[in-house]
Amino acid sequence: MSLPLLVPEEERQSNPSTVASASPQSLDCFSQTGVGLKERNYLGLSDCSSVDSSTVPSLSDEKKVNLNLKATELRLGLPGSQSPERDPDLFTLSSTNLDEKPLFPLLPTKDGICSVSQKNVVSGNKRGFADTIDVFPEAKYNGNARVNLMLSPRPSGAQPTTVKEKPIKVLQESPCAANATGAPTNGSAPAAKAQVVGWPPIRSFRKNSLANASKNNDEVDGKPGPAALFVKVSMDGAPYLRKVDLRNYTTYQELSSDLEKMFSCFTLGQCGSHGAPGREMLSESKLKDFLHGSEYVVTYEDKDGDWMLVGDVPWDMFTDTCKRLKIMKGSDAIGLAPRAMEKSKSRS
Amino acid sequence: MNYFPDEVIEHVFDYVVSHSDRNSLSLVCKSWYRIERFTRQRVFIGNCYSISPERLVERFPDLKSLTLKGKPHFADFSLVPHGWGGFVYPWIEALAKSKVGLEELRLKRMVVSDESLELLSRSFMNFKSLVLVSCEGFTTDGLAAVAANCRSLRELDLQENEVEDHKGQWLSCFPENCTSLVSLNFACLKGEINIGALERLVARSPNLKSLRLNRSVPVDALQRILMRAPQLMDLGIGSFFHDLNSDAYAKLRTTILKCTSITSLSGFLEVAPFSLAAMYPICQNLTSLNLSYAAGIQGSELIKLIRHCGKLQRLWIMDCIGDKGLGVVATACKDLQELRVFPSAPFGNQGAVTEKGLVAISMGCRKLHSLLYFCHQMTNAALITVAKNCPNFIRFRLCILDATKPDPDTMQPLDEGFGAIVQSCKQLRRLSLSGQLTDQVFLYIGMYAEQLEMLSIAFAGETDKGMLYVLNGCKKLRKLEIRDCPFGDTALLTDIGKYETMRSLWMSSCEVTVGACKTLAKKMPSLNVEIFGEGEQADCYVEDGQRVEKMYLYRTVAGKREDAPEYVWTL
Repeated sequence: MSLPLLVPEEERQSNPSTVASASPQSLDCFSQTGVGLKERNYLGLSDCSSVDSSTVPSLSDEKKVNLNLKATELRLGLPGSQSPERDPDLFTLSSTNLDEKPLFPLLPTKDGICSVSQKNVVSGNKRGFADTIDVFPEAKYNGNARVNLMLSPRPSGAQPTTVKEKPIKVLQESPCAANATGAPTNGSAPAAKAQVVGWPPIRSFRKNSLANASKNNDEVDGKPGPAALFVKVSMDGAPYLRKVDLRNYTTYQELSSDLEKMFSCFTLGQCGSHGAPGREMLSESKLKDFLHGSEYVVTYEDKDGDWMLVGDVPWDMFTDTCKRLKIMKGSDAIGLAPRAMEKSKSRS
Repeated sequence: MNYFPDEVIEHVFDYVVSHSDRNSLSLVCKSWYRIERFTRQRVFIGNCYSISPERLVERFPDLKSLTLKGKPHFADFSLVPHGWGGFVYPWIEALAKSKVGLEELRLKRMVVSDESLELLSRSFMNFKSLVLVSCEGFTTDGLAAVAANCRSLRELDLQENEVEDHKGQWLSCFPENCTSLVSLNFACLKGEINIGALERLVARSPNLKSLRLNRSVPVDALQRILMRAPQLMDLGIGSFFHDLNSDAYAKLRTTILKCTSITSLSGFLEVAPFSLAAMYPICQNLTSLNLSYAAGIQGSELIKLIRHCGKLQRLWIMDCIGDKGLGVVATACKDLQELRVFPSAPFGNQGAVTEKGLVAISMGCRKLHSLLYFCHQMTNAALITVAKNCPNFIRFRLCILDATKPDPDTMQPLDEGFGAIVQSCKQLRRLSLSGQLTDQVFLYIGMYAEQLEMLSIAFAGETDKGMLYVLNGCKKLRKLEIRDCPFGDTALLTDIGKYETMRSLWMSSCEVTVGACKTLAKKMPSLNVEIFGEGEQADCYVEDGQRVEKMYLYRTVAGKREDAPEYVWTL
């Protein structure tokens, strides 16, 4: 599968500075009301309106030109910004809170989980599904230390309260947000991300096998891609690195949303370590600040040891050559783009 | 028929094969009981604690094949604490002591120690077949004993067991003169095996029809094995991982063309992307395809593969195939009878499935009779449609990942949908429910599910009436397992005679109290009523009014069992 080259090359080469220095305005939304310069939104911070998912598929005309670009660009937008798996429509009934679980729970989180009422899901006096949730230590299911993420908080105040709005996309499993056990994912149980013992009813053997399969070994080592392709992801200023399995994604967008989730707590400056405080932090104003203030781009080190801007080459080529990822400040990324183009040309 | 000599009756009985029919024969009269027991060769014991091993051996001296099931079904989902029971050793010991010439042993959810396997391997000269499903407690050393000592071994079939790898050479323990293997399945083993030994074993097993490999067998070895065993009918590929440009892959493709007998394919525990094309030539012969462990296969590749499988009758896949993919299955696999769709959540695939996929399947696959379907959502309308399209369901197990999710279109519970299923599928024997459900669904089940034998309920119902509808209505009910439902003492105690007609009842996280369990146990001495918690000591249940965390009751003629751990309290 090869993605078309994103942007005609002459444009690229003529605008290195624009590209690199993601200025606040250009980050806003990917509009091509071209004033001669093509704004490139490496950070993909779409405007807030895209959070309202009903506009997701209906890109305005001016945006359609860049459909391909957008599909392949790497964005480090906030949770809740335009990403396939975070379709707010799928948040059904009961999520009235932005219940963001900590991004890096080292300990089982005991709080905030049952606090979201699910009364409109459960009727009568039976024990609600949420009430029975026990929180368990991560155990084997999240094999590769994937985070049990809640679906990201939606900054917009208007919560869709029904699912009458049809989900636009096929329900997708968010790479990060799914429980390894296949427990409720996209919006079906908004609050309850903790694992209920024995639910869904899958044999332990099967569960463990799948978890182990995802936990496969580490970096690319020259052997034709194994079932999993883990690469390290570092970010300037973050105290520790993460790893992602590139096999979990088929597009840059998926990768970028996962990275967003993993690292947004650093950029927000606040790791919501326990449900409640985290929630409060993610107010709309904070988000806007981030959107406008951020300057991060995602880069990768390829097999030759060069640092390249993510998003230039077709996905498959990228996974073949990527050794590690790094999220760096835009200012550090100046000059990467042209090299990326040359390289891919020489390779293809 | 009393004026026929015994030999004639025996001869007639030879034609009666099914367990339930043979059981019925034995109840007719004393002489039939006698004749039947001496000619009985195959015995199925659904609950290993319902009868003692000694009694079994005494009654059926001619026993050749024994099937045993141990732990309750919910043990598969970690609901039964470790050490609960289900040990096979006493059975093997009793059989070994007697003169039974055991040839076949099939175990499910039992604890099998290496010691048991060693004893088994040494005690029965004619032992032919060992099938272990979802068992635990043994290591590769036990397998080595079986390999080494069972001279006429035909079948060694390990399915989804937790086996500790002791890095021995168990495969090398098959003696050089062992040429009788017909079926070898070690796909669940996690460790390395001796590839050379495997290849030699295959080479000297001309009757080998079924071979399922584990992850450690590389593709070049697979190719050589396939060359040696073109007669294989059932193949489980461990690792299908290779460089698409290599000679090894090219060779493999050529070899596969020769494997025209393969009708069942499984495994792919490791897969190189885009490599499944090598399988296309044999897809048209496949009647069974199990890719439920093939985490590395993308939905699109799955779909491409399945398009070639026109004869498929059984399909086990992961939900990364998506609703659209299921649509493809529906058009390609008109003979499909059994479908299982497992969740692949850990891998962040797009394309989990919904009610749409199931409806598509029901429209295309009219012969479908067994279903296990993990999905994100389900609607009443979809279930009603499915019920209309596929009235032949025998097993219908639906698992909505959010266990109490209502119909997303109408926000109603799924009572009507499941009601339609039980009403339409008159042969339904097994049913698993999920989604938001009130007492109404149980009313329907009680009314319509006349053939129902096994029912699994979770997070459903509103009052005791729900459970009572089922107990009253389903005359053929054998196994009832309930978790996290608001059924309490009234439901438990209203019709206690019913439990003697059933194999077992499991209730966990319900509203049943200690006192009610005590009452039940007292009134029904033919039942074992076990209560336990999360591995706590049994004496934590002090007060009668206390809620019981887990209760498992089963009918038995063996009395209270001796091997229960401390945390199990048999009342």
